[in-house]
Amino acid sequence: MISPQKVQSILYLNGVNKTFDGFKAINNLSLDIRPGELRAIIGPNGAGKSTMMDIITGKTKPDVGEVKFRDTVDLTKYDEAEIANMGIGRKFQKPTVIESLTVWDNLELALAGNRSVFQTLFFKLDKKQYDRVEEILLLIGLEERRHELSRNLSHGQKQWLEIGMLIIQDPELLLVDEPAAGMTDYETMETAKLLKSISENHSVIVVEHDMDFIRALDTKVTVLHEGSVLAEGTLDVVSNNPRVIEVYLGR
Amino acid sequence: MTHKPLLHRLMASDKASRWLFIVMFALGILVPFLNLVMPPDSFLHVPTYMVTLIGKYLCFAMLALALDLIWGYCGILSLGHGAFFALGGYAMGMYLMRQIGDRGVYGNPVLPDFMVFLNWQELPWYWYGFDNFAFAMLMVLLAPGILAFVFGWLAFRSRVTGVYLSIITQALTYALMLAFFRNDMGFGGNNGLTDFKDILGFDLQSDMTRNVLFVLTLLFLAGSYLLCYYITRSKAGRVLVSIRDAESRTRFIGYRVEHYKLFVFVVSALIAGIAGALYVPQIGIINPSEFNPLNSIEIVIWVAIGGRGTLYGAILGAVLVNYAKTTFTSGIFAEYWLFLLGALFVITTIYLPRGVIGILDGYLSRRKPSSTAIVTGSPAGGEVKS
Repeated sequence: MISPQKVQSILYLNGVNKTFDGFKAINNLSLDIRPGELRAIIGPNGAGKSTMMDIITGKTKPDVGEVKFRDTVDLTKYDEAEIANMGIGRKFQKPTVIESLTVWDNLELALAGNRSVFQTLFFKLDKKQYDRVEEILLLIGLEERRHELSRNLSHGQKQWLEIGMLIIQDPELLLVDEPAAGMTDYETMETAKLLKSISENHSVIVVEHDMDFIRALDTKVTVLHEGSVLAEGTLDVVSNNPRVIEVYLGR
Repeated sequence: MTHKPLLHRLMASDKASRWLFIVMFALGILVPFLNLVMPPDSFLHVPTYMVTLIGKYLCFAMLALALDLIWGYCGILSLGHGAFFALGGYAMGMYLMRQIGDRGVYGNPVLPDFMVFLNWQELPWYWYGFDNFAFAMLMVLLAPGILAFVFGWLAFRSRVTGVYLSIITQALTYALMLAFFRNDMGFGGNNGLTDFKDILGFDLQSDMTRNVLFVLTLLFLAGSYLLCYYITRSKAGRVLVSIRDAESRTRFIGYRVEHYKLFVFVVSALIAGIAGALYVPQIGIINPSEFNPLNSIEIVIWVAIGGRGTLYGAILGAVLVNYAKTTFTSGIFAEYWLFLLGALFVITTIYLPRGVIGILDGYLSRRKPSSTAIVTGSPAGGEVKS
């Protein structure tokens, strides 16, 4: 990893548009994430949050607009696997872990390293990698359940395992889609703590609906509406913005 | 974190694989012994047709193994795997045709009988080299391998998955069947290739040759099993399972899904091709009906009935279903065999998603509550960690 200080923006979106069958999912969206920043993104359903994630991770190509990673890399030219290997990790809204593998195997699979067929065919875990998996198990609080098949985990534990799988990839930028969905209050607060500690070493974008969760993150908030940025600032500033109240918070 | 040789590890840790190897070893010793050494009037004597019959089951077992590798572990449901089997078989058949030499009905030293019959004057270019055994064996690997590579490269790169992929594999084998039925393709048309005399100078009708072919089939089956076992227990195997369970997740972790799919698809096609090449000299004929989509669907049924995603389940399923087929199609139920096979498939899919292996597993774990049941498709994968 190159030191983040040299980079102006870890992620820079400018004038991005994406239309699906005439519906403007993303409408002239611009966004600038500094290295090491923790950014929360909120917005009503259909505001374009998921499409934005799809565009950043290479799943969807924008019609027009710039999508730059680390100032210079044009993400629209790459596919999902290439973008993941550059250092952008993504957590889905619905927890998707590999159900028929154990917790340990899930983490080992996501472990940073070479992803080619022949490399994995002859892969052997070394001491350093072993310790890294242990470390992440501890961080996500699943060290007792390491040999459990991940389908047997609770919903919250699956979310944490998936976050663990993100961190162990050592990405520079993490995209986290509704991590607190379906969690108990306790789990929600634990997840906020987990993300705050992750953001000490990584840039993180969190999309979330849960206002208590956003408050616990205590960071800059971007409000999306109809595919573009409606407001930006601290939670207190945006929640006093009359437009925001009208389209989102007031409802 | 010790790493013992694969076979050692397999014998020590995996009970089902251990049994499989013991049975295969016993077959390899007993069958030739009871056929060649026992006097024909002894009740222990195994007739030669039985050697060939078991040999045929073993070829099908290899084919089932090949399908289980891609379907059971990577979720690629190929409904055209018979095509790779048949291509390997044709490559072997072409060698055997050239071996006939001037002993054919028309006595032409170069041209196979069907070409003389069609009034062809010279050997088509794509038959060149097939008089050489090494070249023919290379083609046994290259023909299915290259087809699988090109087909897989196009299909997986365009992200064709699920039922769409199954349909185009079916179309592939159907197209090949139609092509091979044509006389002017130069592969013997609907009669295919037959009337083989010898292989490497050994008479194909002799008991000794048949026993050697039988033992070779066993060895190749064991080798393919070890290869599949190794692949599925490696980290690459866990990537395959991850593609099967959550393809897009695997992409976002950074794995090139299409490379992994292409890799197992080609490995699987190679195993199927070798199985076909072993099948032809034992059965004595290869014709376009091997490309029939129905054959390919049958392979899927063997694997489903045996138990998908276990490797040994596929072998068990292929042998059981084909044994049943031999038994039923020669008796009063002959006309109802396809109905029976269909019913078996439906029952298995609805009530026994883990196949015969699932029943055995359930039975064993009830008797011994300490042993944990293996979850379908989950490679044990515990070797590396402790």
